[in-house]
Amino acid sequence: MTDAEKTPKKETNEKPKVDVKSKVGIFFEEVSQSSLIIPILAIICGLLLGGVLIALSTEEVYSTFAESPLQAIGNGFKAAWEGYVTLFTGALGSPARISEAIESGDPREIRRAINPVFESLVKSIPYIFAGLAVSLGFRTGLFNIGVEGQLFMGGIFSVWVGYTFKGLPAYIHFPFAFLAGALGGALWGFIPGLLKALTGGHEVINTIMMNYVAFRLTEWLLRIPMKREGSTNPLSPIIEESAELPRFFEPPIRFHTGFFIALGIAALVYWFLFKTKWGFELRTVGANPHAARYAGMNILKNTVLAMSLSGALAGMAGANELLGLNHHLSQSFSPGYGFDAIALALLGRNHPVGVVLSALLFGTLRTGATRMQAVAGIPIDIISVMQAMILAFIAAPAIIRTIFRLKEPKEEEPGVRVSGWGGS
Amino acid sequence: MAPILELKSITKRFPGVLANDKISFSLEEGEIHGMLGENGAGKTTLMNILYGLYHPDEGEIYIRGKSVEIESSRDAIRGGIGMVHQHFMLIPVFTVTENVMLGDEPTKFGGILDRESTAARIRDISSTYGLEVDPGAMVSTLPVGVQQRVEIIKLLYREAEILIFDEPTSVLTPQEANQLFRIMRSLAESGKSIIFITHKLREVLEVADRITVIRDGKVIGTTSPEEADKRKLASMMVGRDVVLEVEKTKAKPTDLTMRVQNLKVLDDRNALTVNGVSFEVKAGEILGIAGVQGNGQTELIEALTGLRHPVEGRIELLGTDITRSTPRQITELGSAHIPEDRQRDGLVLTYPVTDNLVLNTYYIKPFTRRAVIQPEAILENSKDLIEAFDIRTPSPLVGLGTLSGGNQQKVIVARELSRPIKLLVAAQPTRGLDVGSIEYIHGRLIEKRDQGVAVVLVSTELDEIMQLSDRIAVMYRGQVLDIVAIEDATKESIGLLMAGIQAEGQET
Repeated sequence: MTDAEKTPKKETNEKPKVDVKSKVGIFFEEVSQSSLIIPILAIICGLLLGGVLIALSTEEVYSTFAESPLQAIGNGFKAAWEGYVTLFTGALGSPARISEAIESGDPREIRRAINPVFESLVKSIPYIFAGLAVSLGFRTGLFNIGVEGQLFMGGIFSVWVGYTFKGLPAYIHFPFAFLAGALGGALWGFIPGLLKALTGGHEVINTIMMNYVAFRLTEWLLRIPMKREGSTNPLSPIIEESAELPRFFEPPIRFHTGFFIALGIAALVYWFLFKTKWGFELRTVGANPHAARYAGMNILKNTVLAMSLSGALAGMAGANELLGLNHHLSQSFSPGYGFDAIALALLGRNHPVGVVLSALLFGTLRTGATRMQAVAGIPIDIISVMQAMILAFIAAPAIIRTIFRLKEPKEEEPGVRVSGWGGS
Repeated sequence: MAPILELKSITKRFPGVLANDKISFSLEEGEIHGMLGENGAGKTTLMNILYGLYHPDEGEIYIRGKSVEIESSRDAIRGGIGMVHQHFMLIPVFTVTENVMLGDEPTKFGGILDRESTAARIRDISSTYGLEVDPGAMVSTLPVGVQQRVEIIKLLYREAEILIFDEPTSVLTPQEANQLFRIMRSLAESGKSIIFITHKLREVLEVADRITVIRDGKVIGTTSPEEADKRKLASMMVGRDVVLEVEKTKAKPTDLTMRVQNLKVLDDRNALTVNGVSFEVKAGEILGIAGVQGNGQTELIEALTGLRHPVEGRIELLGTDITRSTPRQITELGSAHIPEDRQRDGLVLTYPVTDNLVLNTYYIKPFTRRAVIQPEAILENSKDLIEAFDIRTPSPLVGLGTLSGGNQQKVIVARELSRPIKLLVAAQPTRGLDVGSIEYIHGRLIEKRDQGVAVVLVSTELDEIMQLSDRIAVMYRGQVLDIVAIEDATKESIGLLMAGIQAEGQET
């Protein structure tokens, strides 16, 4: 009856082993908090299904199907393969062309050959900022759908500072304009944050509403107060050269300082979230608001703070686009960065490092897709569908686990808690 | 004759855990078979296998000597197995009859509900087994004990022969529990077979015919109340000898620490849940607050710790008015709080043990310097506390959610008791814990009392209140009916107060 000695001791019943990993170990543990394998497999599945879609949207597949189904399937494979080759050379550059350009020795030719890589990096910058914005909200348990609107506010503020102040030295003017953009976004995040804190109004509803206000506000500003003189189109004046984010190379390479600002901000967000007491509070409120309240944290203050910071990051995305690339405000300067950023934040597991990596992927896909449309005639929307599928796989890890026969993780994944509709 | 139910060598594995290890068990017709084990011992897994919610990896189930496969709860019900869950599955706005017929509604004239025939059968069942209940009563108006009877009637209505009671006394007053035991007896006498799952030693000894003890997924042994006593059962459950009675000296109360005057608190639905409560706690004593769950204790605790602001009354801590203070202000005055719902309020399960140990002190030195978190200091702190409070964890950096319930509670206790405190508010500090952890936490509470801390202990376990308290306040429907010194208190007198019956014999 006493088989205590036979009972296999569970790990937790042993004496506490207090051995500690190195700092590097702790860092990696934080980076790979949840397994990286799911996002990677989700991307692979997304690409595979994207290939199927490319094949299905190819004319030849259907025209040859009646004669020879095998031929048709072969055509499909060929189309998908060619599509992806175009996509990746369009996004990263064609090795043949680069070596040719280097041999020719023409600097302009070299720049054109290596431009795709830089263009991919340029396209990733707004994704980094916007992705950080969404993930900071998620970390605090807030679902900020208003990143797109906050991004427009950031654009408005930064462009206004960009063309209004004249004669400032560049080292003052462009940081000033950039910070004004952050402020504009922060204001647009602060309002739904305050509404949530004071009245419990759900941030999902309120940020969606704030998006529309921002869009319509942009339209009105561009038609009356901020309209460019002598232009019939709704465009703002062009910003001063001193407000532009400095570029590093001659055209056509548009690579600019924004990329390094984005990496710096990502590092800052990481430091803020994981190394400061404020970040600890935000994460605790997000992970378990009841425990946060019990521990004496101010939920209302942290809600407002998180929404404002999230908005500021979104505002930076807008400022970055306009100060770095467009140099003026227009109604359509964002192809929906703020919405794509939701998918991106989830793919990056709401970790700054993950967000940067996902943003690089999204930037690459977007750049390559533009090329794919031009060369192979494959609609750019395929990329949106692919992004959606990657997101679906991320959101439903069970599918990925079934496909790849992965085991259910033992411990609860440190996912992100987002309050539901009626929730607290 | 073959036993009515027989399990042979049931094994169930979960990733990394052997939840049931070759469990064999037999239930004779007409017996009450107690199944005793700590939380996590594998009782619930086994019952879920019986009820068709899990499928065993190995082993066989026989009902009346015939091998059966239980694929779903539907199969279980067909096999005559019924379960009284810990949390009732009743619809409060329906009548007893409607709840009983739910899922299997008899109709007449092709679609009209036939309440009368069901009501008639309920009366029939009531009188056969002594389960008094009014079939026409709305469930929401019934006391908890009667609601439980409705659950039992539901099973009998579906002609269950094997009844599983899962921790049935956790929501009952001692008197209601005694009534339940009488009902179980009468059910057994009329041929029903009962599996009674519990971790309370006294209850199995009182009501069971045979007792099977489970530990670490294995059957440790089967015994009977005649052969076993509390001490023996406890050591079977835990695997070592346990001190069941807490040793403590008489309290030496000194200065007044907390004074609560005429406190009125609303709950989430704006109902007056604490209605004029007053008491005082002195340094060096334990004031136990007894009462059946849901009589205002939760809201009272929330008011004392700043989580909920009272609508009327006054709370003083060490002479400071804290009636409308924030949780942090109260904590900083030297108050500690072991919350009732530890996973909801006291811990962040996705955080490592280290962070949970500084959940309310993270912002002060040495854990934060100039707003920057100091991981080394937090780690050092956790190493010290893990050792001092015997928290069983493979590393201070593992997620708290991977620890057992007892060790999770030890994390809270370590965090709260390691600070210099003057007041400790402990709500259900041992709920759901294993005997070993209970023993440990009780010891710590007494130790704090002896160091001159004022302790407010809220518990629905009368045994716990009687063992630890120096004075006992009994809450009933938002009011403190009486505060009695431990010398003058008996289990019966406190039990009656818990049921709302005051010494004069009047019901309030």
